[in-house]
Amino acid sequence: MTQKYRLDKGGLVKRDKEISFKFNGKKYFGYKGDTLASALLANGVHLVGRSFKYHRPRGFIGAGVDEPNAKVQLYSGAKTEPNAVATEVELVEGLVAKSQNCFPSVSFDFGEINNFLSKIFPAGFYYKTFMWPKNFWYKIYEPIIRKAAGLGVAPLKPDPDRYEHKFEYCDILVVGSGPSGLASALAAAKNGARVILAEDKPRFGGSLLTDEVTIGNKKGKDWADESIEKLKTMPNVIVKKRSQVFGYYDHNMMVMFERTKDHLENPTQYIPRQRLWYIRAKEVIASTGSIERPLVFGNNDRPGIMLASAAKEYLKVYGVLVGKKPIIFTNNDSAYETAIEFKKNGIDPLVVDVRKNIESSVIREAKNLNIKIKFSHAIANTKGHLRVKSAMIGKLNEKKSNFESLEEVSCDCVCVSGNWTPTVHLSSQSGNKLKFDETINAFIPNQSRQNENTIGSATGSFTLKKSLEEGFNKGFELSNKITKKNIKSDIPISNERINEEHDKLWCMPLPKNKNYKRCVDFQNDVYVSDIELAIREGFRSIEHVKRYTTLGMATDQGKTSNLNGLQLVSNIEKKIVPEVGHTTFRPPYTPVTIGAIVGREVGKDYRPTRKSPMHAWHEKNNAVFVDAGLWLRPRYYKQGKENLYEASKREAANVRSNVGLCDVTSLGKIDIKGSDSAEFLNRVYTNAWMKLPIGKARYGVMLREDGMIFDDGTTTRISENHFHMTTTTAQAVNVLAHLEHYLQVVWPELDVNVLSTTEQWAGAALAGPNSRNLLEKIFPEIDASNEALPFMGYKEADLYGVPARIFRISFSGELAYEINVESGYGVFMWEKIIELGKEMGIEPYGTEALSTLRIEMGHVAGSEIDGRTIPSDLSLDGMLSKKKDFIGKRSLSREGFVETGREKIVGVVPIDKKTMIPEGSHLVEDSNAKLPNPKLGHISASCWSVEYNNPFSLAILKDGKNKIGEKLYALSPLKNKSIQVEIVSSHYVDPKGERVRS
Amino acid sequence: MLEIKCPYCGKRSQNEFSYGGDANIKRPELGKEVSDREWDDFVYFRKNPRGMHLELWHHVAGCRQWFKVSRDTSTHEIFKTSKINEEL
Repeated sequence: MTQKYRLDKGGLVKRDKEISFKFNGKKYFGYKGDTLASALLANGVHLVGRSFKYHRPRGFIGAGVDEPNAKVQLYSGAKTEPNAVATEVELVEGLVAKSQNCFPSVSFDFGEINNFLSKIFPAGFYYKTFMWPKNFWYKIYEPIIRKAAGLGVAPLKPDPDRYEHKFEYCDILVVGSGPSGLASALAAAKNGARVILAEDKPRFGGSLLTDEVTIGNKKGKDWADESIEKLKTMPNVIVKKRSQVFGYYDHNMMVMFERTKDHLENPTQYIPRQRLWYIRAKEVIASTGSIERPLVFGNNDRPGIMLASAAKEYLKVYGVLVGKKPIIFTNNDSAYETAIEFKKNGIDPLVVDVRKNIESSVIREAKNLNIKIKFSHAIANTKGHLRVKSAMIGKLNEKKSNFESLEEVSCDCVCVSGNWTPTVHLSSQSGNKLKFDETINAFIPNQSRQNENTIGSATGSFTLKKSLEEGFNKGFELSNKITKKNIKSDIPISNERINEEHDKLWCMPLPKNKNYKRCVDFQNDVYVSDIELAIREGFRSIEHVKRYTTLGMATDQGKTSNLNGLQLVSNIEKKIVPEVGHTTFRPPYTPVTIGAIVGREVGKDYRPTRKSPMHAWHEKNNAVFVDAGLWLRPRYYKQGKENLYEASKREAANVRSNVGLCDVTSLGKIDIKGSDSAEFLNRVYTNAWMKLPIGKARYGVMLREDGMIFDDGTTTRISENHFHMTTTTAQAVNVLAHLEHYLQVVWPELDVNVLSTTEQWAGAALAGPNSRNLLEKIFPEIDASNEALPFMGYKEADLYGVPARIFRISFSGELAYEINVESGYGVFMWEKIIELGKEMGIEPYGTEALSTLRIEMGHVAGSEIDGRTIPSDLSLDGMLSKKKDFIGKRSLSREGFVETGREKIVGVVPIDKKTMIPEGSHLVEDSNAKLPNPKLGHISASCWSVEYNNPFSLAILKDGKNKIGEKLYALSPLKNKSIQVEIVSSHYVDPKGERVRS
Repeated sequence: MLEIKCPYCGKRSQNEFSYGGDANIKRPELGKEVSDREWDDFVYFRKNPRGMHLELWHHVAGCRQWFKVSRDTSTHEIFKTSKINEEL
């Protein structure tokens, strides 16, 4: 029997089989039902970590989510998890955990030297000390500080586990399964409401698991068990344990974090590790309970000093004694229950109570058990390095400002209670402006802003009777608003101890001439002296004090420390606490794994992938794909050992000399119908559309209202009131929303309907001098002559029985056609064209060759239409109608848009005709000028011109049109390149556009 | 995450919608002469009220209808939603 501090009986753990686990390399045993914390305590292990800054030895303080110290690293490799809270980690066979922030070990830690040097490391130390020399910060100071401070280590490998998201709706979400939560869930469920009851812990019942109370003549815990069983049988109820509702968002959107796997002995592969629930609740009942506050006294952070309620929980739930020589130190009645539990298990506790001789039922009970009580006493200091071994106890003077005498009392644990803080995080997150309750010295919810209802001890009423009443009444009242069934539940009679008032003394005085460290925030190493210093240095707002001292900023979010910090500030400032106010409560209430937040949206499931119907063909033919928004498009088709540049050059050259085939399915397609369609296009595009003949296409440019180019494409008049618009791949979604906005909001009188048909049509672009011959072969029955199907012409045709649309449009600048068929026939069309084009030297080409072709032609695309260019910047002045108004026209006459010297599109060729100019390079006059070197423009797109066999780029250059012929430099500090270039026309190939019309 | 009542589809979560700005902005009539100031007011200048705001939303992952929403910008309370052609 290694578990020396485990009781033979009692508690809710299963003693039939021991479970082995490792902590800091040493093997221990515990039982099923233990947490890592309770199992370690059963083995007498209190020392679990080192503090953040001074590396002081630290032990357990709590037994739940409030635990600030026991953050451990679990497992290793890809499965490792940093900052796991030992009080929340359920024990399973083979669990491996180790302490964080210590070297070489938790019991002997080099970093502890900081503790002895703590006089030179007060609050704000970093801000004051590491100011000079300035460039030392990044290279020297910060890396050292980061190594010395800090928590666990993040895994370096991908997470092997699966996480899920779930969406749920309910009438009433009850957060917390203590007495008030259970009562409200019972009442609401019985009245027919759809209820979700969420409990963070692995057991339902909250305080009923540890408190000696009766409800309806049953023990509290039995009543809780029965209530849960009853709720589980009801079809309108979902009960969830291991589920933390951590965020209260707008419109009663609640987010809950469920731990589904780590506690299981043999989980199947189908179980996700964790699940994130998005719950939209009509009403939320926050029965979130309260958290005990520590008392503040000299060296109150030694291992073995913990909350009295935690000691009681370890005893009652896990059958574990946290020590055998306990001192109970309190300013209120609740800690007496811990003393009584110790006594009942044969341990003699000493109670130190700051209050004067006081009478209450629980104190009488303690006295009857012969428990030793020292009233008007307090602990001034403690001793013991890795574990508390004695306490200096003294009688307080009348004003409680000093000690009258001090004696050293040996002990192996100190259980402290500084009264209770309602857990108001969810209420506050919902927008409830909290108010300060003088009697309990804590903030409580005030006025709800959303459908939020806080009940039970979270409101500061700490009696069972009131919690049950509130629970049953609230549950009925809220459910009846929704179901109107009027089914009321009876409130059972309860029995509990009645507590007397607490004493407001929580921060013990220092004995004369002593300067003991008194800890306020355990995880972030914030002491009374730090807060005093911050105020001395002029930090007044509590938000500033928080950030300067880091009070409450740790992973526990100050659950045990915030209120003590606030009280300290108000004491020093001689203000009342509500004047000081509280810092903002923000979600998440407890840390949530990144895995759970991301859910299934990882890797290829990060976002949807759009594929053209011909995708499988491209794959079969060695296409290398590129992301184009959500689309996967072939970038090039690899032959042999070719790289990107070789392949794209080959493909582009083949278009210029023979014929190429490009998958253009991803281009946006919008079907436009209605009697005002032409009028609408006339307003949307910058050029004229009223007179476009049926069977003709036209190139159009659309602007935003601010005059910037929004998108371009061709639109074809299929019939009098029917148009087919194409957009760029990137803007397809935005153009549709833009058109819908103008049709629905701005000009609802227009009779026009728009519909996306991008995915309805498969598109193939046939480009190159051989494309007409090939087209005639594909569609033998049509007349494809330049007269019958001229540039910008349109024809409907029959592709072996499949209806097809032929558009004579060109992006490559060659004689070209685009063929569309219904998506389902895409592969058929594609394979037919390849088959028939073989003898003409057809080759598929990808987006890289497509770019090369358009760049050397000077056709603009996304890299020029970048949201900062107006039509004249891109030599599109000819596209602007002078006769009509259109979206964005008025902006074009604004001052900045008409001034000369704007940046305009030009072509750029390197003088050596060899060096590719990196995209994004800056154009400057003098490559060696002093920095900042004035920038004249930038390279927007670069290619290897297959026409001239040298590099060619497009650039946006200040006063570009007047700089043609000049020599400048293209600088790319990123690629460490400086290239002398000549400015030429952006239309590098076929400037008159003869080929497309041939 | 807000819950928005689309006047065509009913209550849906915010991630089905996209925000479309101030619903009080009227585009100057086509072809009408407007001063630089008037045009700039239309294109660039927006009020940023704390409190009630009449705004446009687009049910972009739903029925694709634009509609009007009156919302409190500080509390996110939504008072009412309506079709574009209805008074709010």
